[in-house]
Amino acid sequence: MNAQQQLIALQTIANKEVRRFLRIWPQTLLPGAITVTLYFLIFGNLIGGRIGTMGGHPYMQFIVPGLIMMMVITNSYSNVVSSFFSAKFQRSVEEMLISPMPNRIILAGYVIGGVARGLAVGLVVTLIALFFADLGIENLWVTVTILLLTATLFSLGGFINAVYAHSFDDISIVPTFVLTPLTYLGGVFYSIDMLPKFWQAVSLANPIVYIVNGFRAGILGSSDVSLFTTYSILIFCVLGMSVWAWWLLNSGRGLRQ
Amino acid sequence: MALALEVRELRKSYANGFSALKGISFDVCDGDFMALLGPNGAGKSTTIGILSSLVRKTSGTVKIFGIDIDVDFSRAKQLVGIVPQEFNFSQFEKASNVLQLEAGYFGIPRALAAERTEKYLHALGLWDKRNETCRMLSGGMKRRLMIARALVHEPRLLILDEPTAGVDIELRRSLWVYLRELNQNGTTIILTTHYLEEAEQLCRTINIIDEGSIVASDTMKGLLARLDKETFILDLSQPLTQPPSLPDYLLRLMDPLTLEVEVRKTQPINALFSQLSAHGIQVRSMRNKANRLEELFVNMLNRNSTQHTPAPAPVSV
Repeated sequence: MNAQQQLIALQTIANKEVRRFLRIWPQTLLPGAITVTLYFLIFGNLIGGRIGTMGGHPYMQFIVPGLIMMMVITNSYSNVVSSFFSAKFQRSVEEMLISPMPNRIILAGYVIGGVARGLAVGLVVTLIALFFADLGIENLWVTVTILLLTATLFSLGGFINAVYAHSFDDISIVPTFVLTPLTYLGGVFYSIDMLPKFWQAVSLANPIVYIVNGFRAGILGSSDVSLFTTYSILIFCVLGMSVWAWWLLNSGRGLRQ
Repeated sequence: MALALEVRELRKSYANGFSALKGISFDVCDGDFMALLGPNGAGKSTTIGILSSLVRKTSGTVKIFGIDIDVDFSRAKQLVGIVPQEFNFSQFEKASNVLQLEAGYFGIPRALAAERTEKYLHALGLWDKRNETCRMLSGGMKRRLMIARALVHEPRLLILDEPTAGVDIELRRSLWVYLRELNQNGTTIILTTHYLEEAEQLCRTINIIDEGSIVASDTMKGLLARLDKETFILDLSQPLTQPPSLPDYLLRLMDPLTLEVEVRKTQPINALFSQLSAHGIQVRSMRNKANRLEELFVNMLNRNSTQHTPAPAPVSV
């Protein structure tokens, strides 16, 4: 396939993925909006008012970047894991596998779909947040790059999960038992400076701490960790997961006999 | 003549040790209409799986229009259209989207993809169903949709794995007409089917595969010429209580009005009727017990299984 044909193939998968999550928006876009509105109401308005400030910001403002990032993480992951596993389950993945397009195009197409959903939900959540808090962007470059790298990273994670999965149960294990605890313990609702030294050290082993704080640095200009570490971790993980996902496709694991 | 497909010493062994293909070799000429026949589990779908890249070969070489799949599978795939045995499209997509997506995967620009989608949905009688989601289509429509999808990139080699399974006879015959037309327009076709009448009607060459090995490879005419005897069913005008004794023929009375007779290829059929007339037996109608290819197919598989069955051990008394 020449470059132009590969571009058409990539656009085809990416368009298909975006159409899919827009078509079923009550399942893909709406739940995030409802969940985050409840967080803003309960944690921000009702409880947040009593907490006062955190990290030098009003509590409502403090939790907004983390909540946006939490939605980006879960939605980019779940978009790819459910879409690619459904394609495996219905065997429609064979349409792509028997076509001449290279594996990297299949991977890139699904990742673009996951990133698009992550950003779409992130945008919805940001618009809702504007009703509850004064928001500005302290550093646009940091905000955008961390958002894109995070959405890419978790889209790749979803893809890898889908390749290994044998049943629909297998695609809910990682989001339920890994992503949710890591996100809740990732400094979305609190500054890790509040924790005792030991738990601070434990928290620093959680990559989501760096992601949430990096994004908070972009929006609010303050962070518990260095941006250099955040970028290093994100870039390293994106590269590592890309190689892993590409290797899985090339090996044909779970896809070819 | 140029070859559309060249398969040499193709082997496939699975991790559990099962050998699905034991070194098969065959050629398909450009423009041919070839039947790949065999019982369930013979290795037909494994062969097609290798050609589609869904199954990885253990060893051997495959060339599609001279392109070695080990060297440039991507280029070879552009020349091949596959119609698999199982439905493998998204049940939630519209019928027209299934074709447009496939076109996109093959790098066909959107405008041309839309044109071809219309062309092949019309050709397969699905244009009226273009906006239906696939799960709403009947089984026959889904089969036709898979054929339309395989044609959207206009392959030079079309491989059909039991395309008419579960399809009613009227639709099956209309598909035969369409496949013949495609073949006459230059598309090489490989067909696997359990309907041997279908293979006899459509195909010029035939490969029979059994237990992972090719047991016969010939033109249809050449293969049918190997049939040394045919079995006919005779419907009689008057009932019989026992079959007549004719020295040159093996006769069986199936019921008082039905006689089964085996006729060797060297025996003139006129002689049979003369002898039956001499016994005062009137024949009302006559038909083949089975399709000729079916009879040959069963004979070959029986012969193959006899060759593979170990001789019984001597019994000591």
